[in-house]
Amino acid sequence: MLHIINKSPYDRPALDSALQTGEGGILFTEDGVYAIAKGGAAEAKIKAAQGKFKFYALGADIDARGLSDRVMEGISVVDYGGFVDLVAEYKTNQSWL
Amino acid sequence: MKFAILINEGPYTHQASDTAFHFAKAVLARGHEIFRVFFYHDGVNNATRLTTPPQDDRNIVDRWSKLATGSELDMVVCVAAAQRRGIVDDGEMKRNGKDATNLAPGFRISGLGQLVEAGIQADRIVVFGD
Amino acid sequence: MTTKKFMFVNRKAPYGTIYAWEALEVVLIAAAFEQDVSIAFLDDGVFQLKKGHQTKDIGVKAFEKTWGALEDYDVTKLYVAQESLAERGLTADDLAIPVEVLSRADIGKKMEEQDVLLSF
Repeated sequence: MLHIINKSPYDRPALDSALQTGEGGILFTEDGVYAIAKGGAAEAKIKAAQGKFKFYALGADIDARGLSDRVMEGISVVDYGGFVDLVAEYKTNQSWL
Repeated sequence: MKFAILINEGPYTHQASDTAFHFAKAVLARGHEIFRVFFYHDGVNNATRLTTPPQDDRNIVDRWSKLATGSELDMVVCVAAAQRRGIVDDGEMKRNGKDATNLAPGFRISGLGQLVEAGIQADRIVVFGD
Repeated sequence: MTTKKFMFVNRKAPYGTIYAWEALEVVLIAAAFEQDVSIAFLDDGVFQLKKGHQTKDIGVKAFEKTWGALEDYDVTKLYVAQESLAERGLTADDLAIPVEVLSRADIGKKMEEQDVLLSF
């Protein structure tokens, strides 16, 4: 399953909810991309879960928020076309709104 | 592959409608089909033709209208959510005794069954909201 | 008609926002379309099920009466996350209707089995 997260991990528990509930892929979009900034508290959570999940983030949202120089290792940055490919690749997806 | 898109937030306050729009364009660019875009909750506010954003800002409603007419997208606004929030077409105006309509071109008002049908017919459905 | 497995993932508390109420409207329509419907209550979504809502003074319709409609539509697969209940000081006895309490991981497995996930 593809988990789509558009919430900052510092505002709402969407990332924790996804990590505790499923497996598969996690795509960060919108404010969700704050999770992948190097040095943030969410970095350790993502690192710890890298065996269970593959992590992706939407480049347009990373760039918009001035985070392009802060992307942690192990994150695949995708464009909107890549977003479409991920939705096609996984049989189902869940938006953690 | 057939995609369906559900939009649960209105324009401007949340990024949901913007992301959904860029996603929809990318779906078509990848050669997939969009079975339906369904607007629910405050998402119905994406369908008012009375929006007038500043000239240097994107016009989210027009952008959807143009995509719908250019790509023959089926864009459906939930009737119950629209009635609550004052999105009105000719039929709704007559039925509910209102004095105006505001539904933008390319949108149509219909029931929640259209969302369930989109779930049944499409291979993938993606929810954009807050 | 094709029957698909529809799961509604309810994660928001009632009344503060309309999501929970409008989600319930879709659930009933999906059931009327004779789909294989289930609902997962996670995170603040478990508050939707708390017994004893008294909504008279906020002027909003209460949920509790509507839950009865689920049974009329044969929507009986109701899953509630054990962790979400515990975090909020609740147990199954605090809920207005009978549900199946599962771990988050088990709810995750149920999610994997679905054709359609709709989150509100």
